[in-house]
Amino acid sequence: MPVENPRILTKNYDTPNAWTIEAYERAGGYQSLRKAVELGPEKIREEVKAANLRGRGGAGFAAGVKWSFLKVTPGKPNYIAVNADEGEPGTFKDRTLMEKDPHRCVEGFIISAYALDVHTVFVFVRGELVLAIKRLEQAVREARAKGYLGDTVLGRPFKLDIVVHAGGGAYICGEETSLLNALEGLRGEPRLKPPFPAVIGAFGAPTIVNNLETLATVPTIVDLGGDAFSRLSRLHHLRDGGVRLYGVSGHVNRPGVYEAPVGITLRELIEDFGGGVRGGRKLKAVIPGGSSTPVLREEDIVNAPDEKHPLHAWHGKSHLDVPMGVDTMRALGTMLGTCCAIVMDDTTSMVRVAENLMLFYAHESCGQCTPCREGCAWMARLCRKFADGTATKVDLDTLGDVANNIMGNTICALGDGAAMPMLGILKLFRNEFEAAVGKPVPRIGEGAAS
Amino acid sequence: MAFELTTERLAILEELLPKYPTKRALTLPLLHLCQEQAGHITSDVVTYVAKKLELSTADVQGVVTFYTLYQQKKVGRNVIWVCRTLSCELTGARGITHALEKKLGCHVGETTADGEFTLFQAECLAACGQGPMMQLNDEYFENLTPEKLDAILDAARRNKDASCAVTFSPIGLRTRKQG
Repeated sequence: MPVENPRILTKNYDTPNAWTIEAYERAGGYQSLRKAVELGPEKIREEVKAANLRGRGGAGFAAGVKWSFLKVTPGKPNYIAVNADEGEPGTFKDRTLMEKDPHRCVEGFIISAYALDVHTVFVFVRGELVLAIKRLEQAVREARAKGYLGDTVLGRPFKLDIVVHAGGGAYICGEETSLLNALEGLRGEPRLKPPFPAVIGAFGAPTIVNNLETLATVPTIVDLGGDAFSRLSRLHHLRDGGVRLYGVSGHVNRPGVYEAPVGITLRELIEDFGGGVRGGRKLKAVIPGGSSTPVLREEDIVNAPDEKHPLHAWHGKSHLDVPMGVDTMRALGTMLGTCCAIVMDDTTSMVRVAENLMLFYAHESCGQCTPCREGCAWMARLCRKFADGTATKVDLDTLGDVANNIMGNTICALGDGAAMPMLGILKLFRNEFEAAVGKPVPRIGEGAAS
Repeated sequence: MAFELTTERLAILEELLPKYPTKRALTLPLLHLCQEQAGHITSDVVTYVAKKLELSTADVQGVVTFYTLYQQKKVGRNVIWVCRTLSCELTGARGITHALEKKLGCHVGETTADGEFTLFQAECLAACGQGPMMQLNDEYFENLTPEKLDAILDAARRNKDASCAVTFSPIGLRTRKQG
């Protein structure tokens, strides 16, 4: 049976000039906002809770629960900071929303601000994404001219401004507290938590930081109702609701962004959406949700004979046949991340993959914490040694040690995000590193099938 | 000579200032505006931004050196960012990078002798499904092959109105134009 491909978030993707307010309104746009102001803030928050909307930025925290943490003091400002700093290798879904359907994003921001009694929304977009910034700014201008925001929202006395803020180019600013520092005009170095942003966030005020796709989903939740939205998911029973954007890239026939219910399997993503591995080759490994998530292999089988195990329902099945949900992927020892998979065929050297990934983290570590600053660069150097054939056996132990000494020893998750995929590759493909001692490894695209 | 923003760009700054609770929050946007005008962040620009936002020059310099988009040295009239990250490498980014180096006659990190192009490597530009890809000024070029590069580079050479700083600024004059 082919996988479902609902067109909810991507409804307008193929419409000509979908980014203009005329096209968006013609397709029923801003009707959810009308419904939302009738419902009122409390009811919207309840619907978002009932929707089991797990954050789409990677951590998968329940958005409705996060919203309930916002510490509101009457008379003091609160903010929403939208995280549109999409920069994780393999992840390219938020950019499509901003470029193809910016009004859906803006409508989501307005409803969320109304629900949380927030009067300023800062949208932090990667500075590189010029078209996305342009489209969002135009959408905000058009929405203001139509009375959807400004001094009133649909004629109601609710003052709201949406400020599109261009970043300076740094992966770390996708980390929520680093994003707040960048927004405040500082170097994008993460802050210690607690205090969490919902208590002390942007400019010292309570702030909700949500991923862009998370908020772009809110109009649909208001439209369908939270429970009905949640039931679109195959993992509704695990409180992981709705539909979401998936990405698939690398060695597949049809790379791209696709919409599907939460809980499709990696096999469906690769085969049904991605069109299978390029050139009919064999799949070697897949990174399930952005470069920080540990790799999976088709030949690994779920071993969960215990009925209480979260993966018991998939006992005996391939890792690729486990539904992609926040909790199921965690139980597999990886993470769901952003649901954007990177597919590698059997010609790919995992030593070279590790080298590529570690160079990224070495470049992007903000430098604040020693284990990450030194560790990421160290891992990158060691991977390069294995790739060049100059590594020794001792280097293999060192590589594991360095990764293990980053884990849990840094302010933010970037260090863990580098160490986890490194340890994942070492666990599944240690033999390739052993074989690379004293023997250079072919570059990606230049190797033979292994 | 000391750096000053043009009236047009100053108007953008004035429009943005009341939207933020602090002046300091304008550091990134103002640096983008200044770079659009000056081409790169000179020490005069740093002094100007510090004065405008009531910060120390060290604060501003610290920000400039943290982010990749702020150029501390003069760059070419066109700037190319070719992605080297995993999805693009899997689909042939290395070949594209080498072809660019050959066609331009400069290495990654360098500017061509005629000042037309600067070539940088990028750490993922969120176009993983369309790899290999590169960003030339503010435009994305996706599903690249070495054969496609000549036409792209020629068009950029011919487009004499474009200067990277102007086309690239994410909040500058061009971005704010309607359309």
